[in-house]
Amino acid sequence: MIQYDIETLERIVADLLAEARRQGATQAEAGVHAQEGLDVTVRLGETETIEHSNDHGLGVTVYFDHRKGSANTTDLRPEAIRETVSAACSIARHTSEDAAAGLADPELMAKEIADLDLDHPWDIDPVEAAELARRCEETARAYDPRICNSEGATVHTGRGLFVYGNTHGFVGGYPTTRHSVSCAILAEQDGDMQRDYWYTNSRVPEQLKSPESVGEEAARRVVARLGPRKIDTTECPVVFKAELAAGLMYALFNAIRGPALYRRASFLLDMLGEPIFPDWVRISENPHLLQALGSAPFDNEGVATLTRDIVSQGALRGYILDSYSARKLGMQTTGNAGGVRNPRIDASGETFEQLLARMDRGLLVTELMGQGSNTVTGDYSRGAAGFWVEDGQIAYPVAEITVAGNLRQMFDGLLAVGSDNDIPGAVDTGSWLIDRMTVAGN
Amino acid sequence: MNNALDIARATLLDAPGLNEQSLSQVMDQLLSRQIDAADIYFQYGRLETWVLDDGIIKEGSHSIEQGAGLRAVSGEKTGFAYTDDLLLPQLLEAAGAARAIAEAGQNRRQAISARSDLPRLYAPINPLESLTEQDKLDLMRQLDAEARAADPRVQQVIVSMAAAHDTVLVIDDRGELAGDVRPLVRLNVHVIVEHDGRREQGSAGGGARRGLDFFLEDEKGVGYAREAVRQALVNLEAVDAPAGMLPVVLGPGWPGVLLHEAVGHGLEGDFNRKGTSAFSGRIGEQVASKLCTVVDDGSLPERRGSLNIDDEGTPTGETVLIENGILKAYLQDKMNARLMGMSPTGNGRRESYAHLPMPRMTNTYMRPGEHDPQEIIASVDRGLYAVNFGGGQVDITSGKFVFSASEAYLIENGEITAPVKGATLIGSGPEVMTRVSMVGNDLALDPGVGTCGKEGQSVPVGVGQPTLKIDELTVGGTAA
Repeated sequence: MIQYDIETLERIVADLLAEARRQGATQAEAGVHAQEGLDVTVRLGETETIEHSNDHGLGVTVYFDHRKGSANTTDLRPEAIRETVSAACSIARHTSEDAAAGLADPELMAKEIADLDLDHPWDIDPVEAAELARRCEETARAYDPRICNSEGATVHTGRGLFVYGNTHGFVGGYPTTRHSVSCAILAEQDGDMQRDYWYTNSRVPEQLKSPESVGEEAARRVVARLGPRKIDTTECPVVFKAELAAGLMYALFNAIRGPALYRRASFLLDMLGEPIFPDWVRISENPHLLQALGSAPFDNEGVATLTRDIVSQGALRGYILDSYSARKLGMQTTGNAGGVRNPRIDASGETFEQLLARMDRGLLVTELMGQGSNTVTGDYSRGAAGFWVEDGQIAYPVAEITVAGNLRQMFDGLLAVGSDNDIPGAVDTGSWLIDRMTVAGN
Repeated sequence: MNNALDIARATLLDAPGLNEQSLSQVMDQLLSRQIDAADIYFQYGRLETWVLDDGIIKEGSHSIEQGAGLRAVSGEKTGFAYTDDLLLPQLLEAAGAARAIAEAGQNRRQAISARSDLPRLYAPINPLESLTEQDKLDLMRQLDAEARAADPRVQQVIVSMAAAHDTVLVIDDRGELAGDVRPLVRLNVHVIVEHDGRREQGSAGGGARRGLDFFLEDEKGVGYAREAVRQALVNLEAVDAPAGMLPVVLGPGWPGVLLHEAVGHGLEGDFNRKGTSAFSGRIGEQVASKLCTVVDDGSLPERRGSLNIDDEGTPTGETVLIENGILKAYLQDKMNARLMGMSPTGNGRRESYAHLPMPRMTNTYMRPGEHDPQEIIASVDRGLYAVNFGGGQVDITSGKFVFSASEAYLIENGEITAPVKGATLIGSGPEVMTRVSMVGNDLALDPGVGTCGKEGQSVPVGVGQPTLKIDELTVGGTAA
């Protein structure tokens, strides 16, 4: 039960900003959020957990000229407002003068806050949620006799409110919802046990895929993995399945984010306007899509978000900056405080099957493990599982291998992006075909 | 007041205006159905962080997190709700939501009693107040200066410091009240070096359940700065790592992340109760070479992974997981122990009151063997010597695990030669442990840097091991 509404949160933000002024801050910004949610998990046909979440919190950042301090708390009582501002101010007494610190420039504040249709509560109780989860898991368990066990299916629904405001007079906030159905299932063959999962998520309950389709996809994936082989160490072309290609997009974004650039800690330094992909590649961000998971009318500093190309004709067109990193670089913020919203890479015209046909012989990666992606050097080395492809067809599952290369060369060697972009999450991409990587196995 | 339970009562009951009578009322509400087990977890946490970047103290923050998580368990079913408000009406509402998991049934009433004789592995201090603000920032500036003075190729230095002060109070369905005050500090130095247009990074740090004065002892903080620079400079010289199956020698200490991934997660009770782990049903079997004895011990004084009591109120202790290669035990919380007919091992942990507890590791390490580390390296014709790692990950069902080396060298003809670029190592937990062919006499625990993630929950952990040799492991480099 949310005991809060937007007006209440706006009042708390106003109180925080007024208190910050009273305690002597020259600038301040504040955010308040409240959220409630329900998670119901069914395992082997029985309800396993019912979790109710109910959070709230506030945060404030104060600036004394160019010295900054932040504080936050889960306590929303009026006395907590004074104490939290006071904690932020005492931090700011110790931080250094930093010419780049401060709010984003006032003229950049979002003028009109468009309603992006992000609030679609799901009126579902734990019993109904359990029934959907049960249908999802049941479909998965009935898919194949080799399905041997389950980690269960979970239905999640959540709704949150937030308000952000700063001493430029900007204040904005809105409710958002997020719902999902997921399933994790196990299969066994000749003593080899595998696990896989699938999920659907959306801001709109009616746009979730059916629980049965999620269960079926989880089961299809796990059964396909059974009896994997370990292949010999080789160099070959690699297809990253769409849901993993999203991670390669973030490897790009991490390298063109402000802090990586002003610290000179990126493998993509000084590349603005330069080719970093083949010339057909276009990567955009689309923060104003209605009902989308990554949409936001303004960023975490109140700056209006922008629909723009980050890469076009293969060349880097813009960095990913907030006002702080922009000042450090002598540039303008790109409205990316809080990240890139609804990123998209255009497909190159081939279907997933055509991608495999074009690869002819190589590795299809469907799972990655570990963190081996180095933003400073671009060196990339990760654990993988997937399928060996012969004559453009999936031949057999493979596991316990690694894929390695350098992100510069991987981006340069991007041969195609498939049309198979129907994946859950905020990133819009199909599968990627990369010309050559090192695959380590036997 | 220096008793953890007294401090916990004062912070979590007295301060928000609760008492034992209100606790009983909430527990009665939680137990008013057919409930097998229930608990309430109160938490008040403060966290202070500082970041030095570009030579200046750039950021600082102060956070307060407080609330209570209420859990009701009936058979294998769990109901859970939490509140950020330590107020009776909100606690009663959460209890009502949590108990809804169970059928209506008998009522249980429970008197509250305090647990006594709890261990004390660390002092119940507030580490935020362990140094003055000036001393905290002076230390960070000193490390920045130290790193920059160490080598002219150092271009960037980022020093981050965190001090956390967590006070928890747990009451279970038997009415037992247990409390803990958990200090935790962490300091890290990250450097970027540049030479002839090539850039590399290095990172080093440490932590403990202590005050921040920990970093002043034995020049620990300064040591992190020197170590980060050393690593980064080694990486400037690194050549492409090999690709394929090779003998791998792991250095002592932090490379123990191998054990955390290859065996630790797979031995957590929840996975084994459900039969989803590659180690399920294998107690008593040989799962590692006879040289391997692996333990989890949450009762090491002042270690990052240690706890006086776990988050269900069970005292922590040493659990021998693998003894001379034989699988001996799983890591248990109360619920999985009860369902498997085993004893809780003090491994029921949670990220916060807003999360459900589950079996988690504390400090996991391998006992030392007999070999001189030099002898182990000398035994390898061509292989990899890996001494520093980033993170790792495991698929507990297939047993496949990875861990990523951030500092490694080639071994050629029994000698350490060229440094190689970071590479991911991949193996199958149950197989790799049987290929441990030499174990060193140089057991070391990591410097207090580990954080483990499971089902979206992060908890501080420790790892450790002596130098050890794995006869064959897949190395994910680019030099085929």
